[in-house]
Amino acid sequence: MKTNLQTETFTCPSCIKKIERNLNSQEGVDAAKVLFNSSKVKVEHDENQINAEEIKGIVEKLGYPVLDIKSR
Amino acid sequence: MNTWFNKHLNTLMYASGILIVIGLIFRTAGNAEIMNITFVLAAIAAIGPIASKAWMALSMKSFSIELLITIAVAGALFIQEYTEAAIVTFLFLFGAYLEKRTLEKTRSSIQSLVDMMPAAAMIIRDGREREVDVDDVEEGDHVIVRPGGKIPVDGVIVKGEANINEAAITGESTPKSKTGGAEVYSGSVLDSGYIELTATKVGEDTTFSKIIELVEDAQERKSGTEKFLNRFANYYTPAIVVLAVLVFLLTQNLHLAITFLVIACPGALIIGAPVAYVAGIGNGAKNGALIKGGEVVDNFAKIDTVIFDKTGTLTEGSPTVADILIFDDTEEDTFLKTIAEIEMVSEHHLGQTVVREARNRGLNIQKSNAEAAEAFKGKGVRGRNRGADYIVGNKKLMEEHNIFITNDVNDIYISQQKKGSTAIYVARNKEIIGIISIMDRIRQDAADAIRTLREKGVKNLVMLTGDNYHSAKKVSDILGLDGFHAELMPEGKMRYIEQEKKNGHRVMMVGDGINDAPALALADVGIAMGHGGTDIAMETADVVLMGSRMEQLAHGFTISKATYKVMLQNTAIALLTVALLLGGVLYGYIHLASGMLIHEVSILLVIMNAMRLIKLKDRKAEAVRLKESIS
Repeated sequence: MKTNLQTETFTCPSCIKKIERNLNSQEGVDAAKVLFNSSKVKVEHDENQINAEEIKGIVEKLGYPVLDIKSR
Repeated sequence: MNTWFNKHLNTLMYASGILIVIGLIFRTAGNAEIMNITFVLAAIAAIGPIASKAWMALSMKSFSIELLITIAVAGALFIQEYTEAAIVTFLFLFGAYLEKRTLEKTRSSIQSLVDMMPAAAMIIRDGREREVDVDDVEEGDHVIVRPGGKIPVDGVIVKGEANINEAAITGESTPKSKTGGAEVYSGSVLDSGYIELTATKVGEDTTFSKIIELVEDAQERKSGTEKFLNRFANYYTPAIVVLAVLVFLLTQNLHLAITFLVIACPGALIIGAPVAYVAGIGNGAKNGALIKGGEVVDNFAKIDTVIFDKTGTLTEGSPTVADILIFDDTEEDTFLKTIAEIEMVSEHHLGQTVVREARNRGLNIQKSNAEAAEAFKGKGVRGRNRGADYIVGNKKLMEEHNIFITNDVNDIYISQQKKGSTAIYVARNKEIIGIISIMDRIRQDAADAIRTLREKGVKNLVMLTGDNYHSAKKVSDILGLDGFHAELMPEGKMRYIEQEKKNGHRVMMVGDGINDAPALALADVGIAMGHGGTDIAMETADVVLMGSRMEQLAHGFTISKATYKVMLQNTAIALLTVALLLGGVLYGYIHLASGMLIHEVSILLVIMNAMRLIKLKDRKAEAVRLKESIS
């Protein structure tokens, strides 16, 4: 399953590493990629282990409000 | 907690600012006691979101600038430096606010593309018309688009006709008239008319979605300079921490050490290069020149040699039969029909032009009439038709088959080529019986684009073509190129590029993206005509000209040069600021508050510098567009 999250504008390129590192260490996340310039987080994950809402929770807990989620 | 702070971030910032102003008013009134109180309140209002972010990062085991600020402000409050505490916290929030606002601006060009993405679609399912979310449209769905509406998916028109604005795809805003059988793209707008279409590509597979994804990826792809700066920052940050510790050990001054830490944060250095590339690439994409990443921008900016393919690049690539000369008493339609039936094996555009001409004349051509037809790549075709052997092609092919060309025929051949046409010999049973002359017009905007490239510093503009010497010379002369090489095979083009690279030139190859893929890959920058986003062009080239216009090439070059320059300026600004600040702090000229101010100003400066790139336009291209819209 692929989930794309649109967050509020990222302002600091080094902070995005924080999100990437954290998501990639989660159980059930195959790959997480943060697009700094378009303020997007793209995550490939196993729905049975972690769902889109949980991923949103993690990103928000790191301090980046999520504006929109799309899952496929 | 964090969400609350996020929600009220601006309120807190304004509150802090107002409190500082009130405090300053009281100070001029001579009431320092009240000033201190308002300053403490200002610091408390503003430190909330900062401390909360610091804590959040800390709980994720990372070290943030917010943590440094929090420590510094707590320290300032402790030693009763209220003014400093208030100003620093306020400036930090205000700076972050401005940074975010301006950063959004640099990204706005791509955002305005994304906004062209339609949200809903009208489809007919089970005999009823209904509106659905664009994500729910499936391949094969019957979609309706009315005037002013956006086309939601890629598809083929099955009914109706319309004037369609494809600016989102091609960067070209003059509407195109399209009718049954024509392909239409998601993201285009119906100026007028009504169409029904069958969806062929939906969701993330549409050309438009692919363009957006490509641009987003391009903006992430780091250039060499950026990679260098990132590596630099990786060493720089720990080095500063070590230095700060040293400063503390040497001076025993915690305040100075923290000031040093906060101010040395390389904000402008980290943000300066990416904002330039984002703004530049965004601008290019909006104007129909997709540049695939910062690396490409750098290479593009340094180009000094441009190699053009002729057909489909400098010329329109839609050749037509201009003349048919027959030397015996064969009737013209019969002649054309016979040749066209053999040419049907050829994939070459010249062969296809002959076939198209025959069809246009309503001749009933059948591939099966020709026997043993075969094509010789870049030379012509051979085959049997109506009981005779035919060889149709260029001079090389005739020579290879030992066909004698009389002086008279040769004169006609050359006079046709001198008009800029491509002439094809037709031989029946080893004797030349006619010449077909094919003309391909030069693109209107080619001359302007070449002039712009030259003005912007390209030294050598060359055309390589498989076509004949005379028609190549004609095109080269009209456009004022520095040289050309005709009658080249694809390997010849590759060899030429290799040689130029060996001579130390920075080579860009411009081709139609389909026949030239290997040459495009070999050049320092490969540029392909996108024809509205064919997959092959999007994949092989470094830069795709979505509207297949030379003017877009000139714009892409202009914007790359400007972007590269801004990137260098930004890096210089950032390095200079850091050096000045660190020196200032160590010599005691600069304190936390003033240092913070300079730091924030430098960040805004680099962002604003990059913002110039969003609006950058090629004035000449504008003029051409205006002229076209009038005529």
